[in-house]
Amino acid sequence: MDTFQLIILLLDATLRTSTPLILAALAGMFSERSGTINLALEGMMLGGAFSAAAVAFYVGSPWVGLLAAIATTIALSLLHGFACITHKGNQVVSGMAINILMSGLTALVGIALFAQGGKTPALDKGSRFQPITFPGADAVQDVPVLGLIYSELLSGHNILVYVAFLAVPAAWWVMYRTRFGLRLRAVGENPGAVDTAGIGVVAMRYRAVICSGVLVGMSGAYLSTAQGASFLQDMTAGKGYIALAAMVFGKWRPFPALAACLLFGFLDAAATRLQGVVLPGIGEVPVQLVQALPYILTVILLAGFIGRAIPPKALGRAYVKER
Amino acid sequence: MSKTVELPRWIDVGALPLLNLLLALVVSGLVVLAIGENPVQVVEILLYGAFGYEEAWGYTLYYTTNFIFTGLAFAVAFHCGLFNIGAEGQAYIGGLGVTLAALYLDFLPFPIMLVVAMLAAMIFGAAWAYIPAYLQARRGSHVVITTIMFNFIASSLMVYLLVNVLRPEGSMTPESEQIAEHLRLPFIHDIAAALGIDMASSPLNLSFVYAIVISVMVWLFIWHTRWGYAIRTVGANAVAATYAGLEPGRFIIIAMMISGALSSFVALNEVMGVQHRLLIDFTAGYGFVGIAVALMGRNHPFGIFLAALLFGMLYQGGAELSFEIPTISNDMVVVIQGLVILFTGAMEHMFRPRVTKIYTAWRLRQDAGEAA
Repeated sequence: MDTFQLIILLLDATLRTSTPLILAALAGMFSERSGTINLALEGMMLGGAFSAAAVAFYVGSPWVGLLAAIATTIALSLLHGFACITHKGNQVVSGMAINILMSGLTALVGIALFAQGGKTPALDKGSRFQPITFPGADAVQDVPVLGLIYSELLSGHNILVYVAFLAVPAAWWVMYRTRFGLRLRAVGENPGAVDTAGIGVVAMRYRAVICSGVLVGMSGAYLSTAQGASFLQDMTAGKGYIALAAMVFGKWRPFPALAACLLFGFLDAAATRLQGVVLPGIGEVPVQLVQALPYILTVILLAGFIGRAIPPKALGRAYVKER
Repeated sequence: MSKTVELPRWIDVGALPLLNLLLALVVSGLVVLAIGENPVQVVEILLYGAFGYEEAWGYTLYYTTNFIFTGLAFAVAFHCGLFNIGAEGQAYIGGLGVTLAALYLDFLPFPIMLVVAMLAAMIFGAAWAYIPAYLQARRGSHVVITTIMFNFIASSLMVYLLVNVLRPEGSMTPESEQIAEHLRLPFIHDIAAALGIDMASSPLNLSFVYAIVISVMVWLFIWHTRWGYAIRTVGANAVAATYAGLEPGRFIIIAMMISGALSSFVALNEVMGVQHRLLIDFTAGYGFVGIAVALMGRNHPFGIFLAALLFGMLYQGGAELSFEIPTISNDMVVVIQGLVILFTGAMEHMFRPRVTKIYTAWRLRQDAGEAA
C-alpha cells in the first residue's frame, strides 16, 4: 500500500472517530454558551447509546433508535436543568452525578433486559445506520488521487457522519445569525441584562440544554447503532470528556471546536495504527502518549500557552432574579 | 421576600441531608422495582452482606477506609472553594510513589518504611495535584477541567509505566512486582490473632486506624489552625480574604496539595495493605465516590466517616447482592451512588425553601402562642 493510500485511510478513520466528538462538543457548546456547565456529556452519551441500541433491537429500525436516544438525552438534560437552573444546584456536581448514574443504570437495565452481562444483543444490518455510497463512487475508484478521495474519504460513511459535519455550520448559523442564538449567548454572558430586556433567563437556559440533549443523543446513537453494532458497558470510554476538552480547546466556538475534534479524532485513529510501529528517527511511539495528547494539549491551552480560552462570563452561575 | 426564620443547626446539617438521602434511596428502590425485583429483599441482602457476618464487617470497613481518604480529600479542597475531581488520578499516582518506595527501598525495616511509603504517597499525590492547583491559582485555568484531564493523563501514564517499565521481565500481565512481605501493612485479623483474639480474615488492615487518625487531624487542621482558617476564608470569599491580607492563590495551592496527599493514602490501603503490588486501575472509582461521601458528610470529618461507612456498606453489600440476585449486578451500587450525589449534592436546595417555610410558620405560631 502506498503512502497516499495510507493517509487517505487514516483520514477516513479520523472522520469516523471524530463524528461522536463533534456532535457532543456542539452539545456542550449550546449548554455552556447559555451559562450551564455540562460535565454530563459522558453520561448522556452513554444513555443515548444504550437507548438507541436497545430500541433499535426491539423495533428493528435505527431511526426509531435514534429518536429514543434523543428522548433519553433530552430527559437527562432536563434533569440537569432541573437541578442546576431551577434549584440552582451545583452544576459540576450535577454533571458528575449524571455520569455516574448512567454508567450504573445502563449496565443495570442492560442486564435486566438482555442478560448478556450489560451488552445489548448484536444488531442486524437493517437496524443499523448503513454506509451511504455516493453515486459513481465505485466507477471513479481507479482515477488517481481524486478517485480515492471521492470513493474512500468522502463516500461510504453513514448518515450520522454527514449530519455531524453539517451540524457545525448549522450550529454556527443558529448561534451567530439568529435571534435565538444571540439571546442564548447573552444569557451566558450577562443574564441580568437579558432579564431586563424582558426575556426569561430560565426558559432560555432550558431551551439551550434541550438543544444540547438533541445533539448528544445523536452522538450516543452513532456509537451503538452506526459505528458499532450493539451497546457495550461504558462504551463511551471518556469520549464525552474528550468532547468537552475539544469544546474548551475550540474556545466555545463551532468551527474551532470542529478543528479540535478532528485533531483529537486523528490522534485516536493514529494511536490504534501506531501500536508497536517504529518511526524512523523517533523510535517506537508510546501509544499511551498519543492517547493522552488531547488532554495534555487542552491543559496547555487552558494554561494560556496557546492563545487564551475565555469561558462565557456567567458560566456555572445560577441566575438569581432577586433576593 | 416574606419574613423567614433561620433554620436551626439540627435541621440544616441533620434533617435536610437525611431528607435528601432518603429521597435518593426511595428513587433507588423505584429503580429496583422497575427492573422487576423486590426492594425490601434487596435492602435485606445489602444489610446482611455488609454486616451479617464477621468477615463482611471487615470488607465493609476496608472499603470505608478508601472512602474516608477520598472524602476528606474532596472536603479540604471544597473548603477552599475548589472542586477537586482529580482524587482518582492523585490516588493512582500516589500508588506509584508507594510502589517505587517499597520496591527500591526494600532493605528498610518496616517502621521506617511505613513513614517513607506514606511520604512517598503524599509527595506523588500532592505533586499531581500541584499542577492543576498552580494553573488555577496563577493562570486562572479552571480546576474542574484540568483535574479531569489529569485523571486521564495519569491513567495513560500509569498504563505506560506498568506495561513498559514496572512489569517484571517475562510477565505478561501489566502489574508491578510483589512488594516484600515484611513491608506489607498488617491485617487487622493478624493483629487480633497476635493478641489472642480470633477474627475472620478480611482485607481490613492498619490503614483503617490511620484513616481515623487522619480524620481527626483534618478536623484539627480545618477548624483549629491558621492555615485551615485561611483556607476557609479564601473558600468563603476570595475577595474578602485578599482584603484581610491573605493571598488566595497560595492557599488554593496548599489546599489542593493537601487534597492530593489525602487521596494518595488510598494507595496505602490498596497497594501496601491489600494487593501488595501496583495494579492497573487499582483506584476503581474510589476517587469519584469521595465526591459523594464529602457532599453527604457536609465536608466535616465526622459526617464523612458516616457517609464513608454507608458507601462501604453499599460496596460490600452490593457484592453480596450480585451473588444472590443475578439480575442485579454491582451496578446497582453505582446507580445508588449517582442518585446520592444527585439528590444530596446537586439538588441539596430542593427542600430548603419549603422546609424553611414550614419551620417559619411553626415558629411564628409558637411565638404567638407564648405571647398569648
